[in-house]
Amino acid sequence: MITVKNLTIRLGNFVLESVNLIVPRSGYAVLMGKTGCGKTTLLECICGLKRAQSGSIFFGDHEVTRLRPAERGVGYVPQDGALFNTMTVRDQLAFGPRVRGWHKRDALDRAGELADELGIDHLMDRRTKGLSGGELQRIALGRALSCRPQVLCLDEPLSALDDETREEICELIMRLRCNHPFTALHITHSRAEAERLGDLVFIIDGDGRVRGRD
Amino acid sequence: MAEEVYSPRRIPSDVPFLVAIWGIAGMYLLLILAVLAADASYTSAGDLWMAVNDPDVRASIWLTLQTCWVTAILSVIVAVPTGYVLARFNFPLKRLFDSILDIPIVLPPLVIGLSLLILFNQVMIGGQSIERWLGDWLSDLHAWNDNIPSGVTYRIPAIILAQFTVSCAFAVRTMRNTFDGINPRQEKVALTLGCGRSGAFWLIALPQASRGVVAAGTLAWARALGEFGPVLVFAGATRGSTEVLATTVFLEISIGNLEGAVAVSFLMITVAILVLTTVRMLGIRQSV
Repeated sequence: MITVKNLTIRLGNFVLESVNLIVPRSGYAVLMGKTGCGKTTLLECICGLKRAQSGSIFFGDHEVTRLRPAERGVGYVPQDGALFNTMTVRDQLAFGPRVRGWHKRDALDRAGELADELGIDHLMDRRTKGLSGGELQRIALGRALSCRPQVLCLDEPLSALDDETREEICELIMRLRCNHPFTALHITHSRAEAERLGDLVFIIDGDGRVRGRD
Repeated sequence: MAEEVYSPRRIPSDVPFLVAIWGIAGMYLLLILAVLAADASYTSAGDLWMAVNDPDVRASIWLTLQTCWVTAILSVIVAVPTGYVLARFNFPLKRLFDSILDIPIVLPPLVIGLSLLILFNQVMIGGQSIERWLGDWLSDLHAWNDNIPSGVTYRIPAIILAQFTVSCAFAVRTMRNTFDGINPRQEKVALTLGCGRSGAFWLIALPQASRGVVAAGTLAWARALGEFGPVLVFAGATRGSTEVLATTVFLEISIGNLEGAVAVSFLMITVAILVLTTVRMLGIRQSV
């Protein structure tokens, strides 16, 4: 479960004020709003990548507001995938477990497990250069899930994909929801995507307030 | 209202543009080649052979190579974190900090040498000049060996410091551009996956910046090779002691041996081309 209480984020002149939202355990929330309204800022704040001026964030009963990103148990899929292009796909999938101190064999097993599930096992020895948009998103999803996060934050993961690939990744995300017990917050501009994936929808309006959509 | 009929606009030919950019690039290349050709016409294989066999020139080549490598390594060690700070952090007076780092690039080289001389000999710390303080410290450090000269000014450490002060500024600029070009979201992802800031730097940012690191090192090395003004003022131009190739050229000119000076210049060009080409052949395609 993600609970955001009275969160205020200020970045220069930009302000997100008194944000409140609750995503129930294993729920899938979609966050919408105009470009520049602060969706990514809010998501990064939940991930611990930006600081809030006031308010609190809970994952379940556990307050994470002051915790560093690594201590939150969050998986993050940024807008452009932001894959590590010096590493092979296998190393990217094993990266999280390795830096968290897993034994190398266990980390590689986990990478293999995710690659099977995401249909990218044939890409394991490749680097990201030359891979298709759909393949890159699958790798980004696998990397984000590699440490079994309780919360998954996705920042417009489907926006750069063609219709057919978007449909494939939508189905993949729905399948992943069945197999992985994460609570998700997903940013999108697409109403169709929101209706397809979201259990609930939040909208950031023009004055920086978040409301649930009826 | 009459319906507007689409008529494809005639697009001007690309030829003048391509001729202009290739022409400008070609003219600059021609200028450099003309300078080299002029040097070549003023020297001979015999002059080059004499220069190579001159013990002073040999010592100068050896000292130049040593100081250039030390300078390049020190520059990279300083430029990588400084470039990273400038590319990744916003802080008060950042623009001022950034501008100060460019001062060694814009200042006349002689002024840098003079400034180093004043800093080491006129600025007092606890009633002692930095030169004296460092001299005492270095003497204590190698008290077991009286042959190692202590102090900085007019000694080999002064050559390295003079080269470093200028070279490092170029290396910092290169590293800042390199880190600016690396997507910071990759480091953010690494933070969520379990890294601290240092882990994200060492495991994600630095491997991606490897070409930039080599480019910065190469640029620092090349700058150090050509540095003359600050070396002359801060380290002096003592034959067999603080003589690097740039000062050898100056010393040869000062005694009227123009052929010798040109021969040494040719040696410098050869060394520079060898190093820069080798680095580029190793796959470093980033421009330096």
